[in-house]
Amino acid sequence: MNTSSNTSMVANIANWLQHQHNRLVVLLVMAALAMFFPLIANNYMLEVLTNAWFYTILCLGLNIVVGYAGLLDLGYAAFFAVGAYTTGILTSQFGVNFWLTIPAAVFCSMVAGIIIGGPTLRLRSDYLAIVTLGFGEIVRIIARNLEITGGASGLIGIDRPYFFGIELSQGIHFYYVFLILAIIACFVSYRLQNSRLGRAWQYVREDEDAAEAMGINRVGVKLYAYVIGAMFGGVAGAFFAVKMTAISPETFTFSQSVLILLGVVLGGMGKIPGVIIGAFALVLFPEVFRDLGSMRMLVFAIVMLVIMLYRPEGIWPRGKS
Amino acid sequence: MALLEVEDMVLSFSGLEVIRKLGFSVETGTIASLIGPNGAGKTSVFNCLTGFYRPDSGQITFNKRSIRRLKPHKITQAGMARTFQNLRLFKSMTVLENVMSGMHCRTSVGAMGAVFHTQSQRREEELIRLVSEECLSFVGLLDKKDRHAGNLPYGDQRRVEWARALATKPKLLLLDEPAAGLNHDEKQELIELILHIRNELGITILLIEHDMGLVMKVSEKITVIDYGKKIAEGSAEEVQNNPKVIEAYLGSEDEAL
Repeated sequence: MNTSSNTSMVANIANWLQHQHNRLVVLLVMAALAMFFPLIANNYMLEVLTNAWFYTILCLGLNIVVGYAGLLDLGYAAFFAVGAYTTGILTSQFGVNFWLTIPAAVFCSMVAGIIIGGPTLRLRSDYLAIVTLGFGEIVRIIARNLEITGGASGLIGIDRPYFFGIELSQGIHFYYVFLILAIIACFVSYRLQNSRLGRAWQYVREDEDAAEAMGINRVGVKLYAYVIGAMFGGVAGAFFAVKMTAISPETFTFSQSVLILLGVVLGGMGKIPGVIIGAFALVLFPEVFRDLGSMRMLVFAIVMLVIMLYRPEGIWPRGKS
Repeated sequence: MALLEVEDMVLSFSGLEVIRKLGFSVETGTIASLIGPNGAGKTSVFNCLTGFYRPDSGQITFNKRSIRRLKPHKITQAGMARTFQNLRLFKSMTVLENVMSGMHCRTSVGAMGAVFHTQSQRREEELIRLVSEECLSFVGLLDKKDRHAGNLPYGDQRRVEWARALATKPKLLLLDEPAAGLNHDEKQELIELILHIRNELGITILLIEHDMGLVMKVSEKITVIDYGKKIAEGSAEEVQNNPKVIEAYLGSEDEAL
């Protein structure tokens, strides 16, 4: 009873949001809330929400691969790692200015996307998932064993960046950094979704053979999704490195990849508002239920199972038909 | 002049020859048919032509160009479009979006254009929409363009596939059993539509069909195959009276007619 009234409420909201005008109003209100939130928040809340925006970027990046192109990727943390390590190594060991490392991080994660995607995207779903899982582990183990990446203890003492003379070191600075990045990620996702390329991803996801018969280069289009998804991860990784000032291989484990994937699936694959909700649920839930202690992950797991059982297409409803 | 020319095509699956030294041609501007009893290898021929299967040997020349080694999307780009025997629509997308897929290979804007909404991107999107709507109105489905393709009745879904194929701006249209599952009235409309496409758009048509009545009515040239081999070729009357054809169809002929 309760769940059905809840779901119809969500559906009503989604319907109301179908109108461009309404959607704009909601977006502006939410942007204003997000902008002024730091005025009332304490450091703890700020930290948690910064983390939520950070996961929003990662989830939106993975959403391009999983949600739009329909490719199951179990090693997304690898791209995030490549971005973080590129920035970490360039700033701490070569003294390169942080802002100049961003293009390098994007470039390296794109190359990583091509390296993993090029030879494997001919594979169909399940096989691809296994290969990406392997790739994620390979990247982590390489990072653990190379000298330049600092081995198992990782890189420490990554310098904080300066932005027009202000050192970005406070929680509030990074709150705005990740908020802006998340907004850019939403914007890029939205534009891509409603484009020729976005439609091509959908065609390939729905029926590969038919898409190919319509003149769509199946492998090329998938590679595009992979590389763009990797870029999102790379940018997020670069900023992650300077926020934490230290990175270690253990940040980029398989469970990290699964967590990001979880955010995408939980919120609703291929739907931007859904993915944002998923990312927030991912970060906020364990914090809200901190009182439960070690039981909270169990409760979290049960909640997720229930959501998936009753709403297999994610929290956010499908568009009207 | 032949738009499509197939010579000595051989296709085998782990030793079993499905197509054996098949050769036929389709002249520009004609409606040609490929017929044969069940399992004769008709759909395999289509799959070879469109690049989904790679024949072991032989030559396929389309528009004076060898296409035997091309990938399916390259062949579509070269101007050959197809429909599928069992509908292969993008079911959760709208009718218009389905048809827009056809224009993909005729346009080029990538991710950058999409993110920054460049002028060429907007112009191209407009063109895609325009052409797709034209194709939909050609098959008489424009009023249903915003419906989800999967929710349409079967006959309409067929038309969406046609519009989608037309949106690739083909020179040659391959129709894989277009009449399958249609009732009598729908078949009459189908015949008109086939003639319409050839006469108005000037698109050459090659069809595979079980429905003999339809084949005899629309085709100008019929190629009959059995066990992957050509057994007869010619106009409807010539083929109908050919003893080899009668033999191949014996037992099932009365049903087919």
